[in-house]
Amino acid sequence: MSVSLPSAASADAIDTATTLVPGGLDPIRRRGGSGTSWHAVLITCVLMIPAAVALGLLFFYPLVEIIRLSVTEPEVGFGNYIELFADGYTVNIVLRTLWTAFVVAVVTIALAFPFAYAMTICKPMTRAVLFTIVLIPFWTSAVGKNFVFLALFQRNGVIDTFLSGFGIHFPLIGTTLGVTIAMSQVLLPFAVLPLYASLGQIDLRLVQAAQGLGASKFVSFLRVYLPLSAPGLVAGAVLVFVLSLGFYVTPAMLGSPQHALIAQLIMARVQMVLDLGGAGAIGIFLLVVTLLSLGLSRLVAARVTTGTTIGGLK
Amino acid sequence: MKLKPWTPLGIAVILVSVLLALPAVLIVPMSFSSGSTFQFPPPGWSTQWYENLFSDPGWRDAVLTSLKVSAMATPLALLIGTLASLGLFRMTQKLRLTGMAILVSPLVIPNILIALAAYAFFLRMGLSGTITGLVLSQTCLAIPFVVIAVSARLQGYDRSLTAAALSLGASAFTAFRTVTLPLITPGIVAGAVFAFVSSFDELIIALLLQGPGAVTLPVKMFDSVVEEADPTITAVSTLLVAAVSAVILLVQFGWISKDPQNKKGQA
Repeated sequence: MSVSLPSAASADAIDTATTLVPGGLDPIRRRGGSGTSWHAVLITCVLMIPAAVALGLLFFYPLVEIIRLSVTEPEVGFGNYIELFADGYTVNIVLRTLWTAFVVAVVTIALAFPFAYAMTICKPMTRAVLFTIVLIPFWTSAVGKNFVFLALFQRNGVIDTFLSGFGIHFPLIGTTLGVTIAMSQVLLPFAVLPLYASLGQIDLRLVQAAQGLGASKFVSFLRVYLPLSAPGLVAGAVLVFVLSLGFYVTPAMLGSPQHALIAQLIMARVQMVLDLGGAGAIGIFLLVVTLLSLGLSRLVAARVTTGTTIGGLK
Repeated sequence: MKLKPWTPLGIAVILVSVLLALPAVLIVPMSFSSGSTFQFPPPGWSTQWYENLFSDPGWRDAVLTSLKVSAMATPLALLIGTLASLGLFRMTQKLRLTGMAILVSPLVIPNILIALAAYAFFLRMGLSGTITGLVLSQTCLAIPFVVIAVSARLQGYDRSLTAAALSLGASAFTAFRTVTLPLITPGIVAGAVFAFVSSFDELIIALLLQGPGAVTLPVKMFDSVVEEADPTITAVSTLLVAAVSAVILLVQFGWISKDPQNKKGQA
């Protein structure tokens, strides 16, 4: 790998040079010798056309249409958005969804942290095994995974019978608790993978240095390792939070209408009453919360990164 | 460093591993249950759910529909995504980052909103409840996976290789076909696997766009649990786990041994 590093670096340098001096580039080196600069630009455009048409027509246009529907159906105005906070019912679902997503994010990060840390310090062979284990949930169909939880959680199921043995009656089916547990399992890999990527970049010699200077193991972890891992923790937590917000399969299979989450509400509006405007307003609200969370995480990551490293790794 | 199993860290790793593997492991014995409910542990053993899966036309049609949708959406996403990745590679750093953000946005936007938008759009186009509608929307969702996989591969691509081919007299197309394409093939293969799996397993859009003759396997599985309480889903899930593991292992091994860049790194 190190063999190709210098050339990659020089290619980057050329990139920088071209952005600095528009037009002042060697066409053969940069554009693969396809002639004049406008010719090269044309080829780039042609390569992008299929993606632009497909995503523009089938993805971005329908999204804009949903925004339009949300302020025109059934009547022009922000009625759908006002109703979201005014009917007392929807607001409860929104708050429950935000809270559930928050708990799922915290639980998955707490479970993922020791696992991802172990992945960074263990032998390559063990790491390969752990990596395969993280990917197992991706091999199982989403409905199948949730079905297993349904079978385990159901009334008179294993867990229910086990708990009854101790005289505890704790329904996991149709409750937010059961949904939270299952969602945490389903989304766990999405916390482990970014966390592993970020923990792997921490220089463990810094922790050793702290211990060499007299800090205890606990203090060196708390004051050195934990702050350095903050960007990864935030990135993983926000990713899980965002994915939880719009999650449908788990609440639909394990939850109940009495404890509905946002995605169930949207589906119900569409499938039962074909209220595209109302469903659209909830969906757009979901999108805004998602983008705000992502923006916040980027802000935190940028702040922490500039504080700890210079010219951070990409 | 060696990871010891009986330290607090080792125990935590074992517990999390069990949690990660639990559903995939439990679904196998459940699929051989002789009971007719979602009972666990199973009261006895039988292959009745596998027999049901292969004899029931509803299940068979769902499998065929899903295969058809994925078989059409995967090459489409592969072509569009690979071309776009090559286009991104020719751009300046700033443009490339913007283009990348736009191309992967279907991954960031909540699926439920994408499904809703696709449903409203296809309803008006008369494509709701058709295979065409399913293929088009699954293609859009799969494009980001292809772009990410192929772009990751292109990131390590040494531009001077193309320049060398051109200076030796190859045409731009020949240089692409004989130099660039073989080097990015592992990325394309990885993108194809991701695209196939994502379009095969997608539920929400398929749920809204379903119609007679356009019921995919995940939709059939979902309905079988929520509406019919039919344990055939355990047999389907087991077969899917087996099939996906086989494909992934094959790709992983075939890929490592055929990877030209890996060989270069070792030399």
